[in-house]
Amino acid sequence: MAGTIRVRAVASGDSTEVQSLIRHPMDSGFVKDSKGEIIPAHHIEVVQFEHGGKTVFTALWGPAVSKDPYLKFSFKGGKKGDDLKVSWVDNKGASDSLVARIG
Amino acid sequence: MNECDDAPDAGRRMILQGAAAGGLAAVAFGAFPWPAYADADAKEWPADAFKQKSEADTLKALYGKSAEPSDKISLDAPEIAENGAVVPIGVSSTLPKVTGIALLVLENPNVLAAAYKIPDGTEASVSNRLKMAKTSKVVAVVESGGKLYSASKEVKVTVGGCGG
Repeated sequence: MAGTIRVRAVASGDSTEVQSLIRHPMDSGFVKDSKGEIIPAHHIEVVQFEHGGKTVFTALWGPAVSKDPYLKFSFKGGKKGDDLKVSWVDNKGASDSLVARIG
Repeated sequence: MNECDDAPDAGRRMILQGAAAGGLAAVAFGAFPWPAYADADAKEWPADAFKQKSEADTLKALYGKSAEPSDKISLDAPEIAENGAVVPIGVSSTLPKVTGIALLVLENPNVLAAAYKIPDGTEASVSNRLKMAKTSKVVAVVESGGKLYSASKEVKVTVGGCGG
């Protein structure tokens, strides 16, 4: 899957605030479709953020995270122009990654 | 004929897109060599913790211990969620040496909604959006200095979020 990740990372002083939005159905596995069949669980399991070769944040998600998940956190040490890599993998083995630039 | 007419257009569009993507490509190539980065690894996912039905069992599976209440955790959640499919929830803490944050929705079919690993240098603060099946207590758990602390808040749900 490509093009699923949108990320905005802004450095302010020593801290970089990261906001990300990932396009994903996040099916819980508890919902039935129009034919009454259960839609199997399909959700992102792990999201990783890396800066300077170091993991700065890891999200471990279950099916109770909302569709098209949003995330916000902040880390220290990022500078304007630095790369920030975002990657995710879901319970069906699909994945995507993106290298964003800190603004 | 139409297909032939379209062809030059398509070509031009690709060139234009190529030019626009040039900046992005530079960013992507700037990230090479790839070995400096690893991708998200599904092996990190704590499958057992996400199956648990109670707060105590979840914390035992995830951290191997239980939590005590703390007033140094701020849990930002609405009093009333009009749409249980998208409930904005934020957690931050002034506790020292925070290494993890977890969010539990006690009335959901499985209690654990999300867990976050906070490495050294990352702030003890996270915002996300969770599904809530019905009105429930939401518990934020913070791992600090090897111990667990928690704060909770009741969120009323008017339309359940299992449909989300």
